[in-house]
Amino acid sequence: MATATKARANKADCEVSVRRVQAGDLPQVIGLDTRVTKLAKNEYWVDVFKRYGRQRLHERFFLVAENRFDRRVLGFIVGEIRVWEFGSTPCGWVFALSVDPDIRLQNVGTALLDAISAEFKRAGVSKMRTMVARDAQLPMLFFRSEGMMAGPYLQLEKDLD
Amino acid sequence: MRLQISTRLAIFATLELTAREGIQLSVGEIGEKYGVSAHHLAKVMLVMCRAGLVRSVRGAGGGYQFSGNPRRITLLDVAQLFEDLSSAESDSGAAATPEDQALREVLHEVDDMANATLGSITIATMRKLVDRHGAGGTRRAKAVRSA
Repeated sequence: MATATKARANKADCEVSVRRVQAGDLPQVIGLDTRVTKLAKNEYWVDVFKRYGRQRLHERFFLVAENRFDRRVLGFIVGEIRVWEFGSTPCGWVFALSVDPDIRLQNVGTALLDAISAEFKRAGVSKMRTMVARDAQLPMLFFRSEGMMAGPYLQLEKDLD
Repeated sequence: MRLQISTRLAIFATLELTAREGIQLSVGEIGEKYGVSAHHLAKVMLVMCRAGLVRSVRGAGGGYQFSGNPRRITLLDVAQLFEDLSSAESDSGAAATPEDQALREVLHEVDDMANATLGSITIATMRKLVDRHGAGGTRRAKAVRSA
């Protein structure tokens, strides 16, 4: 199944296509994540690619946004449909989203979120969820601006002594 | 969570001033829409002026303009000008009982959640929410009066 969503960003020189990740994108995905998080996680991303870029593609979505002119990866999003976790009816979960810091506020994140939303809808779910750290201001403002509101679940945790 | 009327007015005024780019409104115009006195609103706008969120434009046809970035200024930025958003239980004394401490921990959690929510909604996002609700002036004015 191929995903091909086109979104025109604000700048005329940056037309963006969103498609399924390919093996050749991985170095750019890892490079972007390392640049944004300041933490290199090569093995993690190779594993995510195997699981979300190769397997159960009807319910797992690893998408990249690329510049249509130079094919550079500008961002990526990863999510999947989860069923009956926490007693929830099937819904789409987004667990990773990153956009090149040099090209933010140009609708690349919106294009990625729109694309994965479309995939979730095509797969038959009508709800999308994510989780954001309270102090992660930019992602929080982004998801809020996309219309995401607090859901019915409360994340709980404890220190394991 | 209840917000003071000054906070609600500040948020509503900010939404009015960001409805269109470059829009300029007097306190009379905003106050009339929400059924509040220009005098009360002027005090609110003065606080916002001092915080740099709005600027006053003098002369005929003068009024106020929003001077912040609607995609970065959050409801928390506006609310903390008028509300004490620190934990209400934080200064209740050093000799707190375990019961006090336990209750304080829970109330801290409530405050953290409230602040995180206010801090995650920008003025631009609020405008989208307003558009989604299709809020008319009458409904909003009613909400202010009943606060």
